[in-house]
Amino acid sequence: MIRHLLSIRDLDPDGIEKILATAASLADVGSRQVKKYPTLRGRTIVNLFYESSTRTRLSFELAAKRLSADVLNFSASGSSVEKGESLKDTAQTIEAMGVDCIVVRHKSSGAPLRLSKWVSANVINAGDGMHEHPTQALLDLYTMRQHFPSFAGLRVAIVGDVRHSRVARSDVLALQMLGAEVTLVGPPTLMPPNASSWGVELTAEIEEVLPKIDVVYVLRIQLERMEAGFLPSLSEYSRLWGLDSRRAALLKDDALIMHPGPMNRGVEVSAEAAELPRSVITDQVANGIATRMALLYLMLGGEHSVEASASA
Amino acid sequence: MRDVLLKGGRVVDPAAGRDEVADVLLRASRVAGIAPEISSDDADVVDCRGLVVAPGFVDLHTHLREPGREDAETVETGSRAAALGGYTAVCAMANTDPVADNAGIVEQVAAFGRRAGLVDVYPVGAITVGLKGERLAEMGEMATSSARVRFFSDDGRCVQNAALMRRAMEYARTFDAIIANHAEEGDLAAGGQMNEGDVSSILGLPGIPAEAEELIVARDLALARLTGARLHVPHVSTAGTVALIRAAKAAGASISAEVTPHHLCLTEDLIRTYDPVYKVAPPLRTKADVEALRDALLDGTIDCVATDHAPHTQDDKEREWDAAPCGMVGLETALGVVCAEAGLDLTRLVERMSTAPARIRGLSGHGGPLNEGAPANITVFDPEAAWTIDAATMATRSRNTPFVGRELKGKVHHTIYGGRFTVREGRITNGQG
Repeated sequence: MIRHLLSIRDLDPDGIEKILATAASLADVGSRQVKKYPTLRGRTIVNLFYESSTRTRLSFELAAKRLSADVLNFSASGSSVEKGESLKDTAQTIEAMGVDCIVVRHKSSGAPLRLSKWVSANVINAGDGMHEHPTQALLDLYTMRQHFPSFAGLRVAIVGDVRHSRVARSDVLALQMLGAEVTLVGPPTLMPPNASSWGVELTAEIEEVLPKIDVVYVLRIQLERMEAGFLPSLSEYSRLWGLDSRRAALLKDDALIMHPGPMNRGVEVSAEAAELPRSVITDQVANGIATRMALLYLMLGGEHSVEASASA
Repeated sequence: MRDVLLKGGRVVDPAAGRDEVADVLLRASRVAGIAPEISSDDADVVDCRGLVVAPGFVDLHTHLREPGREDAETVETGSRAAALGGYTAVCAMANTDPVADNAGIVEQVAAFGRRAGLVDVYPVGAITVGLKGERLAEMGEMATSSARVRFFSDDGRCVQNAALMRRAMEYARTFDAIIANHAEEGDLAAGGQMNEGDVSSILGLPGIPAEAEELIVARDLALARLTGARLHVPHVSTAGTVALIRAAKAAGASISAEVTPHHLCLTEDLIRTYDPVYKVAPPLRTKADVEALRDALLDGTIDCVATDHAPHTQDDKEREWDAAPCGMVGLETALGVVCAEAGLDLTRLVERMSTAPARIRGLSGHGGPLNEGAPANITVFDPEAAWTIDAATMATRSRNTPFVGRELKGKVHHTIYGGRFTVREGRITNGQG
């Protein structure tokens, strides 16, 4: 298994499939009475979060605890970072404490990669700037896999602020690696520069796309995009690209609605659309734990089987 | 002081139209003779066979960081780096702390330069007070000070206001000064971290489009036409800028331009490491840009090489990409990079490193011709020597070079400044030359 997960590019299709399969076999732990595997007993994982996060941090924390690892949470506010300590110094401080794995979220693209050069612990990117969020992509794949047997030829539209989205970058890479076809939908101001080099379809016409796809993946629109002049207004965005129940009705019967959260209901997705039966947004949250357990298990726990570990 | 006899070197001196094997005799601080065969009984004879003897290099774009950031560089350490790179003159940029926007600071920097005594240090004056782009600095005070400033630039800050830039150009004409403007349209480049393109798109770093540079260059070329100013375009980084300069020169504009060694060979692909050693302004661009820059340097569209030597401490540089400052050190590697990468014949190499920058800045004591009576500012180098830079032994106080481990070609053996060796056999003489 890989030493660090900094980008989806660190994985190959077999590696992704192995993580998804492992996640599936770990998933039932949430419904068991004893919710823990002893696999990572004695191992220490630190959540190093330089940027606020609720769901990703909690998801990693639960995943680690269900594998019996010790978990330290480090957030930048109120720490030595506020006193000016550099990323390198912080990394080496944590390293000196004998940590086995660092889960890092940072507002700067590339910070996890830099960090990985300075420590011997495994490093997992929990979101860096506008770069990547590989574990989100893994849980997204896992969620799609629950509904579709194969990614080959699967048609996925990612709608919204792709330019600023680390989720979109990881999802596009992962989906393409497994043979899915990706279309990016939204105003050109929110498409990544040079998106033509991504090997995806690009369009501003959401209603032409919706009937053709298997998954519509809606990205969060942030208020500051309007303030920075990428959009005239959120209401115009909502009118032109928002997923409401009328547009959701254009989807094929078995198509899924996904969103990485947190949602701006009424902006990129209406409350009605988010709550349709075909919406798997809450499944994504639940699947995040199993997927991250699988990743931690494979990266830190060695190669013994889940069953052997579970009965140990 | 003993005479020095540089024996048997290939003298490449474009200003004199000379490229021939000859002996060069130096007496006191000047060239005393140049001839196919000179003999002397008591001179310090230096075997230069197989080496090039050329006028000392001149750098139009150097950051010496003093006053203000002596932890990154001082005039003295920067002068050592310059001498090791074959330079006998450098132009020290104005973005010190306090800013070199008044006579007091430029005189102080010049005095630091004289005290170090290893190269001529010519302070560059700020165009605007505090580099803020709001009102003109006292260019006249700096021009008439003992530092005799004839070069103005707000360095890393672009003068965004076209009316202010026009006034600066008009005003600079009073002193026949050159004026350089870091070309980057502020709104278009806002928040930018690297060249905008395929790589920035993948890395999730906000981009700076080539057009941000080209818009300002186009504007400044128009303003130079309007005002008759001597515009110098610093660190050209895009193929589009090359085209603009080529067209302006074809139309007869009296403008000049420089390119850095790093923009002649490094591309944005290196940023995939997120290592801020590759973070520089203007940003590293694409292979197509690199090729356009090489062609432009070869055909003279770009007049000269300038290092943009920009020292930063390890603490400042070894940070997250977007928190790290821009800049690379370059004085000690410039020749090695240019020989290895630029594809210039020796005459053009010396012209671009010495003759042209001396002419642009109006330095009669540098850049040749090395005729009898000329100041003895000379560099002696081996254009074929392959070597790699060892960051640990560099003279600059900072270590932010992107060239560690890269094979360079072309090494300085001796640098002679005002008739004295500042570097001999590749080592600083500490005034013992």
